[in-house]
Amino acid sequence: MMLAHVIRKFNLLVLTLIVLSAFSFSLVYLFPGDPIVNLTGQRNISQAHYDALIQMHGFDKSYFHQYWYYMTNLFDGDWGYSFSSGLPLWQEITQTFPASIELSSYALVLSLLIGVPLGFLAGFQHHKPADFGLLAASVIGYSTPIFWLALILILVFSLQLGWLPLSGRINLLFDIPHQTGFILIDIFLSDSLYKSAAAKSALQHLIMPTLTLTIVTAAIIFRLTRRSLIDVMSSQYIQTAYTRGLSNFQVVMRHGVRNALLPIVPLFGMQFAVLLTNAMIIEVVFSWPGIGNWLIQAINQRDYPAIRAGMLAVSTLVIIVTVSTELLAKLINPELVGKIHGKS
Amino acid sequence: MIKLLYKSISLAKPMFLCATLVLTGCFNSDLEMPESGVIYCSEGNPSSFNPQLDTSGTTSDASSHQIYDRLINFDPLTGTIVPALSSSWLVSQDGLTYTFQLRRGVKFHQTNYFSPGRNFNADDVIFSINRWRLAEHSYHQVSGGSYPYFSSLGLSDVIVDVKRINGYRVELILNRPDSSFLANLATDFAVILSSEYAQFLENSGNKERIDSYPIGTGPFKFVDFKKDRFIRYAKHENYWQHQNAPDNLIFDITPSSSLRLAKLITGECDAIAFPANSELDLIRERTDLKLDEKPGLNVGFWAFNSSKPPFDNPKVRKALAMAIDKATLLEAVYFGSAVGARGLLPESSWAYQANLNDTNYNPVMARQLLRESGIEEGFTMNIWAMPVERAYNPNARKMAELIQNYLNQVGITVNIVSYEWSAFRERLKEGLHDSVLIGWSADNGDPDNFYRPLLTCSAIESGTNRAMWCSPEYDSLINQALKYTEIDQRNRYYRLANALIAEQVPLVPLAHAYRYRAYRNDLEGLLINPFGAIRFGDVNKQ
Repeated sequence: MMLAHVIRKFNLLVLTLIVLSAFSFSLVYLFPGDPIVNLTGQRNISQAHYDALIQMHGFDKSYFHQYWYYMTNLFDGDWGYSFSSGLPLWQEITQTFPASIELSSYALVLSLLIGVPLGFLAGFQHHKPADFGLLAASVIGYSTPIFWLALILILVFSLQLGWLPLSGRINLLFDIPHQTGFILIDIFLSDSLYKSAAAKSALQHLIMPTLTLTIVTAAIIFRLTRRSLIDVMSSQYIQTAYTRGLSNFQVVMRHGVRNALLPIVPLFGMQFAVLLTNAMIIEVVFSWPGIGNWLIQAINQRDYPAIRAGMLAVSTLVIIVTVSTELLAKLINPELVGKIHGKS
Repeated sequence: MIKLLYKSISLAKPMFLCATLVLTGCFNSDLEMPESGVIYCSEGNPSSFNPQLDTSGTTSDASSHQIYDRLINFDPLTGTIVPALSSSWLVSQDGLTYTFQLRRGVKFHQTNYFSPGRNFNADDVIFSINRWRLAEHSYHQVSGGSYPYFSSLGLSDVIVDVKRINGYRVELILNRPDSSFLANLATDFAVILSSEYAQFLENSGNKERIDSYPIGTGPFKFVDFKKDRFIRYAKHENYWQHQNAPDNLIFDITPSSSLRLAKLITGECDAIAFPANSELDLIRERTDLKLDEKPGLNVGFWAFNSSKPPFDNPKVRKALAMAIDKATLLEAVYFGSAVGARGLLPESSWAYQANLNDTNYNPVMARQLLRESGIEEGFTMNIWAMPVERAYNPNARKMAELIQNYLNQVGITVNIVSYEWSAFRERLKEGLHDSVLIGWSADNGDPDNFYRPLLTCSAIESGTNRAMWCSPEYDSLINQALKYTEIDQRNRYYRLANALIAEQVPLVPLAHAYRYRAYRNDLEGLLINPFGAIRFGDVNKQ
């Protein structure tokens, strides 16, 4: 039963990825210009080189062949070259993507740490002043355009107060070599003489982008948690628990928390997709050297190979995260939601 | 359930502790302050690290005075030519032979990609000059084989030979006297490369790396370049001139001028490139920032593509020039940071002609001239507006829109065209435009540096003659002027050239802009260099 479910999810994942890769392959033809140039990103090359590329990528054969070669190359890490920088796309993506993931994961963790407890608090205080206050705050946080929020933060904390830097990941005077792409880990691994100063600088650079993302995401998570707890608390088994003479605290801890969290864990996974999209916008505002910033540069410069590869990388990650959180939710709660009333 | 919660709390505690430890503890026990360094927020990516290959200011800012030296230099304060890698020089009576005595003990950069085995000597000079001079040189075709500055001035034809007299003495033979020759050798573009490094790369089959992993004798050596992000330099420990350069130099690439200013305010940059004219007052008001200004050796203009009908007709060009009000353009686009231009030369040049006649704003006359030359109501033309800010034209797009309005009043419809900067210049060179708003920043104080690259026939091919205008009469005037060393003699020819330009109107000179440099108070020694690129070698941070 469980295994069947895992296999089903896995199939879904693989199928989606295949459709996605096929779409990204079709972009090679859909973008203006020569398909082989769009694929390899190699422009202004000799005829002999061009012919060799045609051969190498199976462009003298059927579309199916071409797609096969495309997939093989993807797995070999040969993603083509960027028009604008002339560097291998695989290298560019592995350098920029971790920066986005780093930002998104800190923001996600922080959002959960803030959103879930507040959600419980509000749900618990349903229709009391604390609930109304938090709800109002969440509506504001939830409906604020993220780039505007970022700009306001910059205006206040960087330009007016001068507390925080407004762009980049770290003061550029620190020469931290790229290893994992996660700046804090890279600092830790580096042999720089100024590790703690570098870490301090990196944290200072992290605060505002993370905070911007957190405000918006925590508001959503807060609302999900609150609604779920209210639903659970009004259900019959909770009423039954009360009649059994359990205290308020016992009821919430034994029956409320778990049952309220279970249905929304997969929704948290979905939030990651929204979060990553928001992060990509935020990156531009804060000049954060992540994939969003990189992709928008690529779009500006009509760097077709980069747009194709960037799109593929981002959507692959989003799909993997979404499917695996769904799977995780099922693993935590193998039985279908709604059947476990009151078990502990 | 409660037990489970306790369990997770008891688990979380050490995890949290560890996290705080990682953030603070593990990083402790080392130094607090980074090494001294200067961060400069620059406006774009250099196309390479060899200014011989590109006349763009962005490229020379990133390389000329940071990585390289020249035989001779301009003094940024007085404009006189001062010794650099050549300690002294001698010009023969007939003006045909230049002998340079080279400095001894000058060291090239020691980097992780090259270790020099010898000091600078005559071979490096010969290599550097011959690379752009001789088409058959083994490095000539590397990185595209185009040397726009030298070819626009026709210098490869002027130099007959570069002779090695001994290890520290070089002789340059010219085929005709050229009074601007020394000035040309002192420009940003006449840098000295290492011939030993070139040989090393040739042996290992990586010739093209010479322009992307540069080796020079300048105050900084190249460390790293990440496109759209930063360029990193480190101090050259054995710099021949002094040991005062900052330990690190970083170009933080920030294309948006408002973001550059914001970073300057927060202290993320110590100095910024091209502050926007609308922001100058804001910088002046702040006590923690400094703004230097100096009249620049530049000219912003509107050039007509004279190779394309109907712009091949001087009458049409004159009519178009009359249709626009230069005073309004000046006010709306430069915010008082420029003076109106009558000719090509700014007032600071010795060949400036004060009594030069300017075209007057006269739409009625313009309309009449246009009709006479067969341009009917509803004629459509394009104006190319450059996509980047330059001192000589900080907002070409806005200016194009204003001109669009003016031309509308004389019955001409205007389409404004713009591309990404490198594509823009590529297409301009091919002559695909009708007219273009662009300009020129001089690289040396010599008037020849305006007249020759902007309008001579040979400059069409090298891509600096935006008007695609070729007049043998003009060319001979400009060539004549170089035969004389006396200012009065040369001036005679430049005045004739001015008259020719006023009559033919291949371009409409619009403005000579001031140059600005904005930086934080604690930065010292950053001078505005009217003769080209920025210099960081003498900069100090308190």
